[in-house]
Amino acid sequence: MEKHVLLRDLDIPNIRELDIYQANDGYAAWRKAVGGMKPEGGMKPEGGMKPEEVMGVVKDAGLRGRGGAGFPAGLKWSFLPKDMFPKYVVVNGDESEAGTFKDHQLVENNPHQVIEGVALCSYAVQASTAYIYLRGEFYEPAKTLQKALDDAYAAGLLGKNIFGTNYSLDIHVHLGAGAYICGEETALLESLEGKLGQPRLRPPFPAVQGLYAKPTVINNVETLANVPPIVLNGAKWYRQFGTEKSPGTKIFCVSGRVNKPGNFELPLGQYTIRQLIEMAGGTIDGRPVKGILPAGSSAPILPASALDTKLDYESVQAAGSILGSASFVILDDTVDIVWAARKMVRFFKHESCGKCTPCREGTYWALRVYDKIVSGHGTTRDIDMLVDVANGMANKCFCLLGEFATSPVLSTIKHFRPEYEQFIREHNDGKSGDYQDELIRDHAIAVLSEVTLGMPH
Amino acid sequence: MTLKDKRSADIEIILSKYPTKRSAVMPLLYLAQEEYGYCSDEAIREVADLTALDPTEVKSVVGFYTMFFEEKTGQYVIEVCDDLPCALKGADAFVHHCERKLGVRAGQTTPDGKFTLRTVMCIAACDRAPVAQVNREYRYSLTPDGFDKMVDELKGTV
Repeated sequence: MEKHVLLRDLDIPNIRELDIYQANDGYAAWRKAVGGMKPEGGMKPEGGMKPEEVMGVVKDAGLRGRGGAGFPAGLKWSFLPKDMFPKYVVVNGDESEAGTFKDHQLVENNPHQVIEGVALCSYAVQASTAYIYLRGEFYEPAKTLQKALDDAYAAGLLGKNIFGTNYSLDIHVHLGAGAYICGEETALLESLEGKLGQPRLRPPFPAVQGLYAKPTVINNVETLANVPPIVLNGAKWYRQFGTEKSPGTKIFCVSGRVNKPGNFELPLGQYTIRQLIEMAGGTIDGRPVKGILPAGSSAPILPASALDTKLDYESVQAAGSILGSASFVILDDTVDIVWAARKMVRFFKHESCGKCTPCREGTYWALRVYDKIVSGHGTTRDIDMLVDVANGMANKCFCLLGEFATSPVLSTIKHFRPEYEQFIREHNDGKSGDYQDELIRDHAIAVLSEVTLGMPH
Repeated sequence: MTLKDKRSADIEIILSKYPTKRSAVMPLLYLAQEEYGYCSDEAIREVADLTALDPTEVKSVVGFYTMFFEEKTGQYVIEVCDDLPCALKGADAFVHHCERKLGVRAGQTTPDGKFTLRTVMCIAACDRAPVAQVNREYRYSLTPDGFDKMVDELKGTV
């Protein structure tokens, strides 16, 4: 993109500093919304937008949640009951989907735009406290964010009676401690309340009973980073990017077998997966693409025939997967599909919160079957066994984690069944030298989880 | 000296952020871990005291989240990602190298108590794989040589 809307750190060096952010329209949307005294002085509060006007412009812009679900943000905000206080804004910066690292860059390199977005959302729903929940591993980015918050407080942008108005807002940073499930919004709320990160039954939805059973908005970091430019420039401006149903720009994370992995901010629906891979420097040694994971481990894998799919929510769905958080992991023809699927299943087994049986047991058994195959003890019947296990989980889990866990199993078997059969034929020697070290290592760590099927001790 | 004596200012700030004491349990556990090196029974009792929770409840939080250590660790906890995106860039071979360099397997601590090596799931830095964290600080785009150098520096032998 000529000028980035979100990854502005790529255009403006040191935009993480408050003065540089402010010199580049930073907090202009915030002043526009809250009104109040101008920075140059003036005694009486003036101007400003009504909270519902802020909500309205975000609705009109058609901004959809960037965390994965793609739910319209303005609509989500409007679900909060008007007359119940306090209300909370909670920001989901748990960013734990394998292959996702966009919020990491936003928080670390453009923290004020995140803060301004959080502030605007809080103002729109009239919350006076917001929590930014970052995954525990974002210990360093959290320090950057805290410094940015401290600077914003010192400049009178946050805190009591902002710009001399009667609106006050506190924003706190909260660190998780290593649990993928906390990216699920109700598990995140539980975690923020100091409990185990396990999802809640819905309804009631967080909009009505969220944090501390109060009305709560939960949005992803990237979603809220879109809000300042929308409020500043208007819905029409925002809609010049993207498509009718998927307006705006989106950050695409590209990793795996490409030469220049990284974050790429693009208008939704304008480019194809093939072009995205080209932007990421093409595949290593120019090898052919074997598979594409459009949203990390959670998304059904797409075969190379989907390379010309457009990058927006509807097109990726039509191709048989989901855009989700848009974390594209690229697999080339050197990658063993069975090995890759096992890695993904291992992830879900590790991250299952244990609350519901289909997920807790299903991920455990699916990994056991993969271990059996990868350790050289598989038979072709195990492929059907995997499908059985996954079908035993599908549509039966308490939250999406368990549903997502079926994706790597079912989609890789659907598109690459002959590779499974070939793998089993070639490795059925009871030794499987290629992967022994990994299996033993995982086994040693999971000792613990008695994943011993057919494996040497 | 208790946690309360040593970190009273930090504890005050943490508790002031939330309307319930219970919400402070994770930040306080981090604090305790900084002081004691891991979430010892003593640390758990102190955090329970500060949050008006039963020690069992605090212990369950420690057990649920992977970043709270239930046992003593090495001075430096090295956590190497071997999840799919990093593994596509050679993380498995890299972890193997780390194990040989440190002389322990992943999940273990060196006999001198200097290093604990762990493998972790995706840590949101796949653009700079293979990636690791040392005491929660990122180390990006690691190479075997770079890892050796880092370990030697941390050992203080360089």
